[in-house]
Amino acid sequence: MFWWLVWRDLILAWRRRADVLATLFFFVIVVSLFPLGIGPEAQLLRTIAPGIVWVAALLASMLSLGRIFGNDYQDGTLEQILLTPQPIYLLVLAKVLAHWLVSEVPLVAIAPLLGVQFGLSQNTLGTIAVSLLLGTPVLSLIGSIGAALTLGLRAANVLIALLVLPLCIPALIFGAGAVEASVDGTNSQPWLLLLAATLIVSLVFAPWATSAALKISVE
Amino acid sequence: MLEALKLGCVRGDRRLFENLNFALESGGLIEVRGPNGSGKTSLLRIICGLAAPAEGEIRWQEKNIRSLGEEYSGAIAYVAHQNAVKDELSALENLRISTGLAGNSLSQEETQAILTRVDLSGYQHLPARLLSAGQRRRLALARLLASRATLWILDEVLASLDDAAVELSREFICDHLNQGGMAIIATHQELNLHVGSSQRLDLSP
Repeated sequence: MFWWLVWRDLILAWRRRADVLATLFFFVIVVSLFPLGIGPEAQLLRTIAPGIVWVAALLASMLSLGRIFGNDYQDGTLEQILLTPQPIYLLVLAKVLAHWLVSEVPLVAIAPLLGVQFGLSQNTLGTIAVSLLLGTPVLSLIGSIGAALTLGLRAANVLIALLVLPLCIPALIFGAGAVEASVDGTNSQPWLLLLAATLIVSLVFAPWATSAALKISVE
Repeated sequence: MLEALKLGCVRGDRRLFENLNFALESGGLIEVRGPNGSGKTSLLRIICGLAAPAEGEIRWQEKNIRSLGEEYSGAIAYVAHQNAVKDELSALENLRISTGLAGNSLSQEETQAILTRVDLSGYQHLPARLLSAGQRRRLALARLLASRATLWILDEVLASLDDAAVELSREFICDHLNQGGMAIIATHQELNLHVGSSQRLDLSP
């Protein structure tokens, strides 16, 4: 039943791929604007690259968070999903997994390519990919809480960003820290371990909070 | 057996109903009547467990449904005002996925047979957004035929259906009740179901 839900969301995303591509292009454009705006100073670009890639990834994920539950809420399928005979915790995990695969994995895949614009070394490009791979699930998990809380509200997308962005600060610090350490030539592993710890904590607590928020929103 | 004990519902600062008691045995039917805004949908959502009652409780096999959780969700099928049909999926995919999610996976042939029964054969591969309001309602009803739930909870189930479909829904609601199922139906139309034990619940203030 878990996989039915993931499979369903993947088919739906494929049939509405314009939405997914919009998020991806937003990420590409935001990251590319900085080298264009700042000019070709290699040293400066290398210094600011980690922060820019991470902040852009954060903003791009905000665009897609409203869709985790929004469409299902509007056509009544969310109620039906909540009434299926399985724990809501698992349902939330399935929805979050599908959102991560659809909206975040493309960002992870394209980020190293964008890093080239900042003149980063191969080693650093690898660290960008790994840090985003660990960090983007955190964004999806924490984002699902905001998405569930703002269901059915007007201007839900803005509210989600206001709720979720502050909670994502630890992931941002650890993720950008890892990339920065790699730019400076120091060891980025401690940062990545901290990021992994953040992932585990949010994996345990976020679905639980999201389930509670969903029950309130649907009522 | 389903029991409601001293049920009350408050919406905003309006009290919709209070001290509502009923019991539903195997094979029984409850028709919920009342004007618009009298709390029919709120009552059905409370019975489903989607909303919490302001006071009182619903019991299923002697236990409060709020403590039963998934065990209870497996025993009910709810057709709401909204059809819960995904526009991007075809009729076939809609039915297969929603039954798969409810825990009984159907084969392609079984799904096809159910769609034929609700007269949607020929439309099964069209995206659901191209179906008419009545056809989408039929698709929502097809979910009932596929489910193994004991208790059917139906909200305005006959709305936007044509005569043939109304006749068909009567037929399979009767079948369900005769096989020992239960149903709670909110409606404005006369159901004219000829079944053993049928009760009427009037919510008019």
